[in-house]
Amino acid sequence: MATTVAAPSVTGKAHKYESGIWSWLATTDHKRIGQLYMYTAIAWFVIGGIEALFIRSQLYGPNGRLVSADTYNQLFTMHGTTMIFMAIMPLSAAFFNLLIPLQIGARDVAFPRLNAFSYWVFLAGSVFMNVSWLIHAAPDGGWFAYAPLNTRQFNPGVNMDFWVIGLQILGLSSLAAGFNFVTTIINMRAPGMHFMRMPVFTWAAFVTQFLIILAFPIITVAVTFLLFDRFFGTNFYEIAAGADPLLWQHLFWLFGHPEVYILILPAFGLVSEVLPTFSRKPLFGYPVMVYSLILIAFLGFGVWAHHMFAVGMGPVADSIFSVTTMLIAIPTGVKIFNWLGTMWGGNLSFKTPMLFGIGLVGLFTIGGISGVMHSSPPSDLMQTDSYFIVAHFHYVLFGGSMMGLFAGVYYYFPKMTGRMMSEPLGKWHFWLTFIGMNLAFFPMHFAGLNGMPRRIWSYDANQGWDFDNHLSTYGAFIIAFATAIFLYNFLRSRGHGALAGNNPWDAPTIEWSMPSPPPDYNYAKIPTVTSRYPMWPQQGPTPLSPPVPTAGGDQPLPTYQTAEQLGIHMPTPTIKPLLATMGLTLAFVGLIWHRQIPIILLGGAIFIVSLYAWVLTPLEPEH
Amino acid sequence: MATAVAEHHAEHHYTSTGLPHTKIAIWAFIGSECFFFASLISTYLIYKGRSVVGPFPHTPWTDPSTGHVYHPILNIPVTSTSTFVLLMSSLAMVLAHAAVERSDHKWSRIWLLTTAALGATFLGFQAFEFTSFVHEGLKITTNLFGSTFFITTGFHGAHVTAGVLWLITMYFIDKKRGLGPRDAVNVDVMALYWHFVDVVWVAIFTFLYLLQ
Ligand SMILES: [Cu+2]
Repeated sequence: MATTVAAPSVTGKAHKYESGIWSWLATTDHKRIGQLYMYTAIAWFVIGGIEALFIRSQLYGPNGRLVSADTYNQLFTMHGTTMIFMAIMPLSAAFFNLLIPLQIGARDVAFPRLNAFSYWVFLAGSVFMNVSWLIHAAPDGGWFAYAPLNTRQFNPGVNMDFWVIGLQILGLSSLAAGFNFVTTIINMRAPGMHFMRMPVFTWAAFVTQFLIILAFPIITVAVTFLLFDRFFGTNFYEIAAGADPLLWQHLFWLFGHPEVYILILPAFGLVSEVLPTFSRKPLFGYPVMVYSLILIAFLGFGVWAHHMFAVGMGPVADSIFSVTTMLIAIPTGVKIFNWLGTMWGGNLSFKTPMLFGIGLVGLFTIGGISGVMHSSPPSDLMQTDSYFIVAHFHYVLFGGSMMGLFAGVYYYFPKMTGRMMSEPLGKWHFWLTFIGMNLAFFPMHFAGLNGMPRRIWSYDANQGWDFDNHLSTYGAFIIAFATAIFLYNFLRSRGHGALAGNNPWDAPTIEWSMPSPPPDYNYAKIPTVTSRYPMWPQQGPTPLSPPVPTAGGDQPLPTYQTAEQLGIHMPTPTIKPLLATMGLTLAFVGLIWHRQIPIILLGGAIFIVSLYAWVLTPLEPEH
Repeated sequence: MATAVAEHHAEHHYTSTGLPHTKIAIWAFIGSECFFFASLISTYLIYKGRSVVGPFPHTPWTDPSTGHVYHPILNIPVTSTSTFVLLMSSLAMVLAHAAVERSDHKWSRIWLLTTAALGATFLGFQAFEFTSFVHEGLKITTNLFGSTFFITTGFHGAHVTAGVLWLITMYFIDKKRGLGPRDAVNVDVMALYWHFVDVVWVAIFTFLYLLQ
């Protein structure tokens, strides 16, 4: 009875938010929020890539003078910060949003409005940090921002103020999302979806959330100290006051090493979905894949000081961190071999997602091997702060994370939009990226071994570095061209790609049972799960992949019954999370902008009022 | 009718563990906060005894340039009292939760307000402590002790403040419509937060105040 009375007002309200800009500003739908994350992350990926092109142009030959040394510092700092916090992490977050509820058989995340808040805060933090470009005062202390070099004394401008506050805002976004997804995965699994039946991507996401909620508080503390030092004159990094110059490094890398797994594990998860589908075989060693994820996460907190061998911690500490670092290579190697085992004897079909997936397996391995080389302190002392390190982490972050994330984009684009991306353009994208990336980053190993230091603005001729740098610059521009093809393919396919249908790849996991794109309520009836691969018959999939759809680009997407018609209660759209974000951002703007107390208080007040309005309004219309 | 609504409610709010979402989330939050406060307290301990100028927590200090003698800063008896007040607030919180569970509106309001009042008293002690420390010559900028001490206890105080606001909000909701068994889980989550903040204080009191 209560339902019939409430229904008309619900209909009236829902219409207002169905389409147009309001529907995006007020959305609490995890799939829409996932798309917002994806578009935004790709935009920052392009901007971070443009920064890289400036860097590579500057370093093309000796004595480059394209940009000033000061600008160069800003470029490499923002390239790293952007790619890590605004491209790879949010692109992973896009997949957490899009996939976790679908893969566990839920209607949404546990806290849909908090989810919207996470996105808006991420957007605010990333814009905040980049606004600094407009006054030519972008952060310039490296993405690791070593204190005391970044205290007010040695870095008096507002550059690092933007970094400190921006990172604080971005951290808040990740933490809020972390609590949300942990709760979602623990508590919203469909009947029968035991932990050991969960798709491996959801497992990777689950482990990543624990890394986030345990590692981000540490960087929050480190950055808060820096913020107080810079704004209020405290002494945390003040050497003259007796501070330890290594405090920052310890806190930063205690966060920083788990962070590298935050960057790579989601990509591992995506590839663990892609390889079985295109090998026509279940994932090899599912339980071992899950245990190795957990083991990597545990060990990830015990290796941070391998970033600090050069500071002179002494032989005991060096040895311990050397051993733990070598140990962590074992579960990582296990994953590589399990992926090989998945492909071994399979009927491989080299669709674009598969190419990128194999790309990760190969290229990440190269980066992993050079990583194990740094685990030995004597060899690390030779390599540290050289281009060898730059080569290493681009192989793991670009060859690993980005390859995996691209695999995920091509693989899940049909689920997200209902349409296929172009296969030929996808193949062009892959091969150009593959060639460009190896051309850009492999010569850096040699430049580094020949003594070229990181973070230098310019170098003299006749040091044997010219040729390697030429190649790297060519490679960077090839990657840029490949990315342009990707962007065209991505944007065009949204409206013109072939109609995908429910399961274009004949993939095994449960999200492929629903229509593409899924209706806002996801499953019309919450499924009951009986196996790891419910979409494949018990005896295994057909040995050959079905033909991928290529037609229907001019036809409209299918329509479904609305949630109301099915009697499903969905959250009411609301802009309160956006308002709360605006208040929060305003407070931080007041802090950086001459410490305007009234603005800080106004922002704080808007935040608290919006938060109260949000928390005191029920999630769904009363029934 | 009532049973039908209740059944619909139960199916609609099905969870894998049987626990409400907020309960899982608060535990995740508490785990995260452990790392937050552990980082703060560790920094205090790492910097203990490294301040190049006084005043110091447990020992007097003579300023060599002025000859002024600074007393040890920490006043253990006063802080022991405030610690006791905060611990008693946890007891009141337990009683408030029990009263909400049995829909005893009179006592739930009394105990919610008592918990908030004890929390506010603790904050009053902290305000007194901070002003007297500043008066005695210890500011957040004075030395490493001042920086680490004020930031650690200050962040804890901010957590208590948030808890007091939460309690007062709950009190007003109780006054408006009466908290019953279906609100017990919200009060439970608030109680978990409150007890956690208390436990953090026990750690801070031990490592910052008692450890010489
Ligand atoms: Cu590391």
